[in-house]
Amino acid sequence: MATDLILPERLQGVEPVRSIRTPAELNYQFTAGKATSQFLRGISQRRILGQRCPVCSMVYVPPRGACPTCGVPTEEEIDLPHVGTVTTFCVVNVSFYGQGMELPYVSALILLDGSDIPLMHLIQEVPAAEVRMGMRVEAVWVDDTDLGPTLESIRYFRPTGEPDAEFDTYSANVLGTRSHEGQTFAHLEGSPS
Amino acid sequence: MAESEVLTAPSRVEYPFRRTTGPVIGAFFTALREGFIVGIKGSDGTVIVPPVEYDPHTAEELHEMVEVGDVGTVDTWAWVAEPLDAQPLRTPFAFALITLDGAGTAMLHAVDTGGDPAAMATGMRVQARWNPAKPPVTEGETQLAPPPGGRFREGHILDIACFEPIPASDTKGA
Amino acid sequence: MRDVAIISFAQTKHVATRQDVNEVEMLMPVLVDVVEQAGVTKDRIDFVCSGSSDYLAGVAFSFVMTLDGVGPWPPISESHVDMDGSWALYEAWVKMQMGHADVALVYSYGKSSPGNLRRVLTRQLDPYYLAPLWPDSVSTAALQARAALDKGVITEEQMAQVVIDARRNALGNPNAQLAGDLELADLLAAEPFVSPLHKHDCSPITDGAAAVMLAAGDVARELCERPAWIRGIDHRIEPHAFGARDLTTSVSTAQAAAKAGVANGKVDIAELHAPFSHQELILTQSLGLDAAATSINPSGGALCANPVMAAGLIRMGEAAQRIMRGEADRAVAHTTSGACLQQNLVAVLEGEG
Repeated sequence: MATDLILPERLQGVEPVRSIRTPAELNYQFTAGKATSQFLRGISQRRILGQRCPVCSMVYVPPRGACPTCGVPTEEEIDLPHVGTVTTFCVVNVSFYGQGMELPYVSALILLDGSDIPLMHLIQEVPAAEVRMGMRVEAVWVDDTDLGPTLESIRYFRPTGEPDAEFDTYSANVLGTRSHEGQTFAHLEGSPS
Repeated sequence: MAESEVLTAPSRVEYPFRRTTGPVIGAFFTALREGFIVGIKGSDGTVIVPPVEYDPHTAEELHEMVEVGDVGTVDTWAWVAEPLDAQPLRTPFAFALITLDGAGTAMLHAVDTGGDPAAMATGMRVQARWNPAKPPVTEGETQLAPPPGGRFREGHILDIACFEPIPASDTKGA
Repeated sequence: MRDVAIISFAQTKHVATRQDVNEVEMLMPVLVDVVEQAGVTKDRIDFVCSGSSDYLAGVAFSFVMTLDGVGPWPPISESHVDMDGSWALYEAWVKMQMGHADVALVYSYGKSSPGNLRRVLTRQLDPYYLAPLWPDSVSTAALQARAALDKGVITEEQMAQVVIDARRNALGNPNAQLAGDLELADLLAAEPFVSPLHKHDCSPITDGAAAVMLAAGDVARELCERPAWIRGIDHRIEPHAFGARDLTTSVSTAQAAAKAGVANGKVDIAELHAPFSHQELILTQSLGLDAAATSINPSGGALCANPVMAAGLIRMGEAAQRIMRGEADRAVAHTTSGACLQQNLVAVLEGEG
């Protein structure tokens, strides 16, 4: 197509435009909604709040106001302990725009005791090579003056020093085999590598 | 923080895109940068402005680009009494569909009547108000900046700042 | 062709802003309602399809957040369109025609209040020639209105009458955002908004949601006393360049209407998705409807509540509801997308017995 385009005389031999700048900006007033607002309010009071589903009793954190399994609203607030188990993690070696962390750093999924889905946060105060699945960790908070309705009120999680949790205690989360309402996915179960 | 207060926060979403044009759309913007306008002949010979790669009715690939005038006729218009962010003018203006002399289809742009809606009329004649070309850079000197709020032509639909009414005494045009 | 019907419908009470909730919290009561009305449990739903817009929400993959509301674990068969829910309904209908589903849940929602809707909608325009000029949705509609007025296919009095009828009809709609008795003289004397459109010629800014349950054949008869059967459904799209189209008529609506079989029988009611008053007139003409014989927008239409992304599905639901209640036997439901009626979906719904 490009080769047989007939251009008017005035364009022949002229350096063509190949791209155009089209910057665009849209502004919104974003609403966190009830569940997220309650969670963030709790964070600013050093509380980690989950919500429990009235049908299946699963506890979700951060809560979203609905149970993703049952499709029903969740309202019951659960005050969760600030300790949990690392279910999986990754070591970040790549810098990107806006990132403030020193490399390498560890980002992990942390299953707080009593909750059914893990929370994502940072792991510090331990060499990256020593972070492992099953590691027991606890939240480290900012000072009182820096507390606010943001997950940044928790600076990071650090090892508690307890023995690692047994794989069985969090395997359902890793393998996606959590039994629910009597349904199991036994065909997906396998031994951890 | 109130017990029942739902948190809100401003969120700004930016799309800092630079879009590739291909040869047909690229030719249109090349012409704008140079200070003139081109269209493309459709399957039935209608000159389509702005140009497209394929005929919108037959889907045939199109090849023949031609120059059209920078003067035209307003087919329809809408008066924007309170301009929104990033629209072509900050003062009240009209968006209009304008068929340029030599074109068979209308293109959309802004018309500046100095803020007077009574000066707009379907069928009126308008001419392009071009932004200045980028001044050449001499060795050892930096590129001059455009005047505040202004732009240099670079290959962009706003190389035409807007259209404006042709004075009644002007005999230019069909 | 399988017989597919709408067997239940639910929507929010539409308001200017729902700053108190996020999208899934706004949507949940509607989902609970539509599922309860249909009398099914989650495991009976074979397919879920939703319609919403990331640009409207200002968030990428925004629809994923509302999936929690349909309980997508264990995994469900689900799809999404970044369009009005009527197109999600169309996808579900196709799925059912292929025999892959007997019961389908369709939902859609949108909050127009957090952003600037007029500016957000510019992002659907040609990114080279149009979007950089930010021709907002009211301005482009106004271009179409003036073209139609200049051509003489509509009059300003007719536009005003559309608004009067819509607001009066909405008095009977508990979910409508705007309703009331307006005077023609007042409307004609009102200050222009984006001339030739007045504020009242434009739909309001709305946050809202809607959902519909579809069922096929005997399943529909089992679950619903008087299903609203989809006898025909089709959608067509025109070129995006304004210069390539005749803005004073809706060719795509006429084509979709012919394919859907609108003219095959009497049309008791027509729910037309017209976010601007002049568009209702253009659509009525293009559908070949006789406004004297057909009740147009008995719900009040989009002029009385316009939750973008759900407004079209609501037309389907409002028409279906009247059939299910025995208030109508045959209805047309229409949905539009894009600037100046660029893309249109037309459905014909019928009740039996």
